[in-house]
Amino acid sequence: MSAEASPAPKTKASFDLHVWGPVLALLALVAFGALLNPNFLSAGNVTNVLARSSFIGIIAVGATFVITIGGLDLSVGSMSAFLAGLTIIVLNALAPSLGIGWGTILVGMAACLVMGLGAGLLNGFLITVGRIEAFIVTLGTLGIFRSLVIWLADGGTLSLNFELREIYRPVYYGGFFGIAWPIIVFAIVAIVGEIVMRRTSYGRHCAAIGSNDQVARYSAIHVERVRLVTYMLQGMLVGIATIMYVPRLGSASSTTGLLWELEAIAAVIIGGTVLKGGFGRVWGTVVGVLILSLIDNILNLTDLVSPYLNGAIQGVIIILAVVLQRGRKGGA
Amino acid sequence: MAVDRPAPILEAKGLRKSYGPVEVLHGIDFALRPGEVHALVGENGAGKSTLMKCLTGYQPASSGDILLGGEPVTFASSEEAEDRGVVLIHQEFNLAEQLSAEANVFLGRELKKGFFLDWKRMRAKASELLNELATPIDTRLPVSKLSVSQKQMVEIAKALVRKARVLVMDEPTAVLTSREAEVLFEQIARLKAEGVAILYTSHKLDEIVRIADEVTVLRDGTLVSNRPSAETDPDRMARDMVGRELDEIFPPKAAAKTAKRALEVEGFSVPGYVKDASFSLSEGEILGFAGLVGAGRTELMEGIMGLRPSSGTIRRSGTDIRIKSPKDAVTHGLAYLTEDRKGRGLLLRYGLRENLTLLGLDRFSSGLFVDEAAEREALSRAIERFDIRAASKEGPVGNLSGGNQQKLLLAKTMLVEPRIVILDEPTRGIDIGTKQQIYRFIHDLAAEGRAVIVISSEMSEVIGLCHRVVVMRSGRITGELSGDAITEEAIVRRAMGLDAETLSEVA
Repeated sequence: MSAEASPAPKTKASFDLHVWGPVLALLALVAFGALLNPNFLSAGNVTNVLARSSFIGIIAVGATFVITIGGLDLSVGSMSAFLAGLTIIVLNALAPSLGIGWGTILVGMAACLVMGLGAGLLNGFLITVGRIEAFIVTLGTLGIFRSLVIWLADGGTLSLNFELREIYRPVYYGGFFGIAWPIIVFAIVAIVGEIVMRRTSYGRHCAAIGSNDQVARYSAIHVERVRLVTYMLQGMLVGIATIMYVPRLGSASSTTGLLWELEAIAAVIIGGTVLKGGFGRVWGTVVGVLILSLIDNILNLTDLVSPYLNGAIQGVIIILAVVLQRGRKGGA
Repeated sequence: MAVDRPAPILEAKGLRKSYGPVEVLHGIDFALRPGEVHALVGENGAGKSTLMKCLTGYQPASSGDILLGGEPVTFASSEEAEDRGVVLIHQEFNLAEQLSAEANVFLGRELKKGFFLDWKRMRAKASELLNELATPIDTRLPVSKLSVSQKQMVEIAKALVRKARVLVMDEPTAVLTSREAEVLFEQIARLKAEGVAILYTSHKLDEIVRIADEVTVLRDGTLVSNRPSAETDPDRMARDMVGRELDEIFPPKAAAKTAKRALEVEGFSVPGYVKDASFSLSEGEILGFAGLVGAGRTELMEGIMGLRPSSGTIRRSGTDIRIKSPKDAVTHGLAYLTEDRKGRGLLLRYGLRENLTLLGLDRFSSGLFVDEAAEREALSRAIERFDIRAASKEGPVGNLSGGNQQKLLLAKTMLVEPRIVILDEPTRGIDIGTKQQIYRFIHDLAAEGRAVIVISSEMSEVIGLCHRVVVMRSGRITGELSGDAITEEAIVRRAMGLDAETLSEVA
């Protein structure tokens, strides 16, 4: 009752390696990169790294929620390719009737978002109503989406109408006050994601479900509804990432978004989200994404190690991150 | 004692067992003789399972001796006990469902021919054993395809392969139909004739009189009586099982003031668990639900709360309501405190605040966001009101003692200000001091005019706390008691199915 009792100061004086480890690793990578190559911190390189990581980053924010509820979405990479292919088809089909202009592009973007939501709904529906393991469902849709985009492209490449491409181009290459659009969108998605995770009842419900879905159910949470919404959110974010991705190459093919799902999951885990669910950290995911792309960038800028070993180094980092996580509030 | 009885094969002398600081067996002396069936009876929590586990190596005894064939033994593990011929058959079985029956029978004792498994010999032997057990099945079938009674026979065959001299069976008939139980009894008689000692627990007292040679009654971890079955009967066993003084730990019962109906449940069924249950509840009343574990009390309440599929009528203050989800139930002013505190009640890895507000989180959402300041304030109030003692508000609630976890769970349930509070085993596994506090809270809830349902397997609790008691058995309501008619014996008789009458007995 008394007011004195309420302010519970979080006097966590002790340094928590689980929280700050990824940040330290990121800072170390930045310092290392700057030492090795003076171009590393140039505006051009920084923009390049951030813009390229924004696709994975936007998707990984969604993956943070999916993993927090104790789920998994393996389909995001091929979903992105599939959405890119469909968006290009829609744009090309609309061009004659709506004309070459922003109107067409906006309709295409909206279509991409809606189709992303639909793809997420499909995953979520099979998982919640169909009661099939998330791993199985999304492994299935991974194959389905990938195969559909190859079929749509007839084994080749789906290319965007050349004039539309010129209009659409600035969405990836342009910017606002010198900051590239993909970076801005990534930042907004990450900030909103962090707030949703930390400050809304939806975020709290996600953590509760991942922590123990029985407790969540007995606490009058609509567990299946939250799960469904989360997979739809993931689909929508894949849609947003695809909207930013299409103008980069103006095409979709069998290799679009290849292995993005693994990079996204890796980023989430490096960032400190618990793979078993129950605890998610969106800002950690952002750090994870940046760590992964910086390693790639540093290897390309220097000839210290062959860039072909990028995957091996990323693999070591992922395993290390999980080893570091082990000490934290694990177990049920 | 008759002189011609064989010497005991398995004995316990002054056996004590403690879990942490709590002693649950207070020096049991007990003897099991070859060729005899010894029944062990007692209320839930009387210590039957613990005693059986100590005897069969699943739990080490804290002190006292276990003698096998007159010699002191200490079983380091259940495997060691099995090697010495002492086998426990669990109520829920211990079979690898996907493996074949023959593989299960020989699991861990596989017959080999050189480096390879000798399936032929194992199959022949398993078939032979199961045929002797009147269960002629294809032993190549996976256990998951077998019926419950067939699984039980596979368990017995498994025990026989281990050359069991002592067979301990934990409520073997609880899951069997009466015809299947007959088959089991025949086999028990056969094993008995072969000189196997059988220790047997059951809540079905009539069946114990039939098959047991000797009956031991436990109560609160103490041995109350030990009689040849010829000298006892179900009534006597029931009296032995209860008969405990109610101490001063319960607040005086205030008369339920109003007769205003808070909740009426009619013809309510939960498929597989509860059939056609009807009861009603008034404001300010504490209604007890008594019965054995598995009688369907929890399932009935979970059905009402929308946690299980169900059918039937629920009326709240005279109006029909439909509850499709726990959320609906909360909206209608109902709240349920689960019996499974750790598995369904609390997020053990999270702190007090997140746990307290999880059920009523929408009360703390101003607009889009959760108001953490309001949450902290609510936590301070809850800590004060429910006397929750936690070293840290931020630390995981898994570190709290059971009693404090229970108080937090109660605070969480009460945070949605329910008019009807359903408490399922509200004092399970907590110390007596905290129990007393919780009884006081329950008493106060009723005094505030809330309607309270208490499910409890502790007789004293039901009797000391409740205005009225509904007794359930095997998914049906078998009686309703009120006032002075609420006695342990009356409840036990109805819970055991000794009284056929289902009419309420009003004092």
